[in-house]
Amino acid sequence: MPAIKEYSKIVGQRIIDELYLLAEKIGNKKIQNINSTSVGGGVAEILLRMIPLLRELGVDVHWDVLKGDEKFFTITKKMHNALHGVNIEITSEDIEYFLMINEMNEKEINLYGDIVFIHDPQPIALVNKKNEIGKNWLWRCHIDFTEPKEDIISFLESYINQYDKAVFSAPAFARELKVPQVLISPSIDPLSDKNKELEDDTVTKILERFQIDKNRPIVSQVSRFDYLKDPIGVIKAYKKVKQYVDCQLVLAGGGATDDPEGMRVLQEVKDAASDDPDIRVLFLPPASDIEINALQRASTIILQKSLKEGFGLTVAEALWKGKPVIASAVGGIPLQITHKYSGILTYSIDGTAYYLKQLLNEPEYAKKLGENGRNHIKNNFLITRHIRDYLLLFLSLYYKEDIVYL
Amino acid sequence: MAEPFFFKTSLRLIQMLGIKARNLTELLEGIRMVPLSSIYYHTHRLLYQQLALYPEPPNDFAYWICNSLNIKELSESVASINIIRFDDIEELRNQFFNIINDYNMKERPVSIAPEGQEFHFMNCQTFVLPTPYIANNIKEFFEALKMVSINSLYFHLIESRLRLRKGENDFSRWLRNIGAEKSAIEIEKLDPYTITLEGLRRNLLAKIKKYASD
Repeated sequence: MPAIKEYSKIVGQRIIDELYLLAEKIGNKKIQNINSTSVGGGVAEILLRMIPLLRELGVDVHWDVLKGDEKFFTITKKMHNALHGVNIEITSEDIEYFLMINEMNEKEINLYGDIVFIHDPQPIALVNKKNEIGKNWLWRCHIDFTEPKEDIISFLESYINQYDKAVFSAPAFARELKVPQVLISPSIDPLSDKNKELEDDTVTKILERFQIDKNRPIVSQVSRFDYLKDPIGVIKAYKKVKQYVDCQLVLAGGGATDDPEGMRVLQEVKDAASDDPDIRVLFLPPASDIEINALQRASTIILQKSLKEGFGLTVAEALWKGKPVIASAVGGIPLQITHKYSGILTYSIDGTAYYLKQLLNEPEYAKKLGENGRNHIKNNFLITRHIRDYLLLFLSLYYKEDIVYL
Repeated sequence: MAEPFFFKTSLRLIQMLGIKARNLTELLEGIRMVPLSSIYYHTHRLLYQQLALYPEPPNDFAYWICNSLNIKELSESVASINIIRFDDIEELRNQFFNIINDYNMKERPVSIAPEGQEFHFMNCQTFVLPTPYIANNIKEFFEALKMVSINSLYFHLIESRLRLRKGENDFSRWLRNIGAEKSAIEIEKLDPYTITLEGLRRNLLAKIKKYASD
């Protein structure tokens, strides 16, 4: 894991100095993170990278994991889908089982933190211990939702309202709650395999492996094969442009081989691409971060033509590499792109095709969009900003005034 | 002997108020009822997120009216409110309210934001921190200006004047106290609302340089 000083080369020493100042003010307060898995998934990924950095800054931060069985995680997966608006039945037996596992963990986990920082719905009911043990309790929702199913959100709200604060990733996820709600956007790590600088040679070798011609423009979309990412729409937009500009299309993404819908989408994408040898459909295995990084770095233009999106961090990843991005104005994407300044926002296949052609024909303009986009990500969506927000969040539990003099 | 200048910095934690608006009437209701820290946030966010020179309106209200309600004329009026003229956020709130209300009172078709593009009211809690930089004279002040973060510049030039209701920026006040009246006036003339924070640093350094080398 990179040391904090490595980040000063990217964001500047002044930003790192401010992190040290904030960390010092936290003093010896113990921060106890609790989530449901130590490996895999976005939450574990961010904690794995963030905790060593927080410790280096001098924060006494810890991480414990909730214990659950397969049945429990099937139920929490259903909850996750319901928060995404999927019509799915969660029975009263499911709820009972969910609460039973939480109660078991209440007894097993030593809640030693001065601040108990609970991540996502799985351990949410641990807050039942608050009346008994006190402490400061935070609930961090990493799930992106705008239209959650009412019964599940009402159930969760009965617990969220017992916390001292709730934290969400985008303004659209704000709700009418009894507790203060904090906005903390997700972030990317510029030094992770997915985002770090790569040698040209590494990029070239990966292009060769995938039989992509590095001498002609490359248009790409990196996303799992899902209808909501509209890969067929991407192919249609590309085909409209291809009539006028010679270019290649790369559709790269992963997905679970036991996900029938994902496999169906992949097959449809392959069928739609079968008549054009310049379209590469790449189904990547897990741990393909370097490949994704290289494909993005080799791209001339990157698309994210989602029909629905959570925060859409793939856009931040593309912008961080200084690439011109054309993306749908959905979910958290407009927070990352200002139209015609740091990228292009579109609403249709025709619009995507129009701007794609324009950017391929106007590389100077495209370059400027990419540069502005990279700066925006540097200032607002890197892990150092995320750490700063967490430190402020911890401090906010002890200081209630609008303006706090530390 | 005047006090040294202690450079501070400020950082903000953003809070969501759970109040949203779909049209001008709801926006006005929100502007009327939210805490002053929310008015401050929506009129300054683009500045401290270093988006000041985006080709977009400089405050969230104008941006939303333009992009989500598509009312260009009103957006321009709201964008052109000269925030530096205000010493008090309550007065700023009234100014926004009055301009939008005047427009909304006239009979026109109602514009409604598309689903997902509602205006979400937020506010911010500001944390003011000390920095290691201290200036005993104008030469040291010049050197420190090169070193401090842009968050520190933002705090002393903008936040301190309006949010802490000091009426003038911290730099000018201190320069006046040490007898550097001319440089104090020059800094007062800067409009930090129409320049990026790094641009502001360059401007400040250019203005102070001649006094620092005397």
